[in-house]
Amino acid sequence: MNPLVLWFHKMGSPPIFYRLAGKLLPWCYALAFVLGVVGLYGGLVLAPSDYQQGDAFRIIFIHVPCAWMSMFVYGFMAVNGFIALVWRIKISEILAMAAAPVGTAFTAITLITGSIWGKPMWGTWWTWDARLTSELVLLFLYFGVIGLNAAIEDRRQASRAAAFLALVGVVNLPIVHFSVNWWNTLHQGSTVKMFGPSLIDSRMLWPLLTMAIATKFWFAASLLNRSRVDLLELEGGKDWVRQVAMNSDGSAAPQEKGSAA
Amino acid sequence: MSDFFAMGGYGQYVWPAYATFFLLLAIEGVMPALKRRRVLAELRGKWKRQQRREGAAP
Repeated sequence: MNPLVLWFHKMGSPPIFYRLAGKLLPWCYALAFVLGVVGLYGGLVLAPSDYQQGDAFRIIFIHVPCAWMSMFVYGFMAVNGFIALVWRIKISEILAMAAAPVGTAFTAITLITGSIWGKPMWGTWWTWDARLTSELVLLFLYFGVIGLNAAIEDRRQASRAAAFLALVGVVNLPIVHFSVNWWNTLHQGSTVKMFGPSLIDSRMLWPLLTMAIATKFWFAASLLNRSRVDLLELEGGKDWVRQVAMNSDGSAAPQEKGSAA
Repeated sequence: MSDFFAMGGYGQYVWPAYATFFLLLAIEGVMPALKRRRVLAELRGKWKRQQRREGAAP
């Protein structure tokens, strides 16, 4: 078999995925923490004050990375939802549903920190403009996906139904991204551009990008952590889960004969 | 140091924003561990009941 196809088949196997995710997990958390400390030190201590906003602009180092992640995670969830719907791959169902709470957290942080930032800069906590409203819709989409997934008894049917909702909600992503160009809004446009030069001092840019990478690793760690637990739940009756449950700190574990080997 | 915490007069906005960031991510971070404990406890309970049933009527 083609080695790439073989690799995909292996990754699709729950016990192998569980083991590999367990190995990657500590590294992702460690990288997230280290990069987070470095990025926040650069942002809070090393970066100079903004000429207009003074030190209030330092909220950018959490607000913008979280905002990027709120959309990145949604995209990840939608892609895995698509794979789950088309090819019925169990791991993709798990990954899509494990991503949703992480994305919810990032979206909530974006909205709350943005609101706190808006008070001194715009003079208001909230305004119903395009960027803020579409980001709020994104939060409700995450809630919808999580709620639908929780409302259906059969785990696999639930994740496919929720994946479908996630796919429909993808239409909101370009609206969030382009809202600052399409409508008149209080929210400023992009200062960091993928194509072309960014409109930001390099002493502010590197902590921002470091935080962006740190939040990516946090997402990876949380995703792996959550999907491992979800796999245990979904595969509850299987032998490999029984072995995992026996081997992990089981104070209440029932005595099995000869399972320790 | 107190200059750092004052944030040029914006401390009352900057620090609550950072507190939100750490609090929400901390909650998000411990959720899987809590769920893992619950799932494993449920599974062990199920296996125990199964064992007992098999023991009662072999």
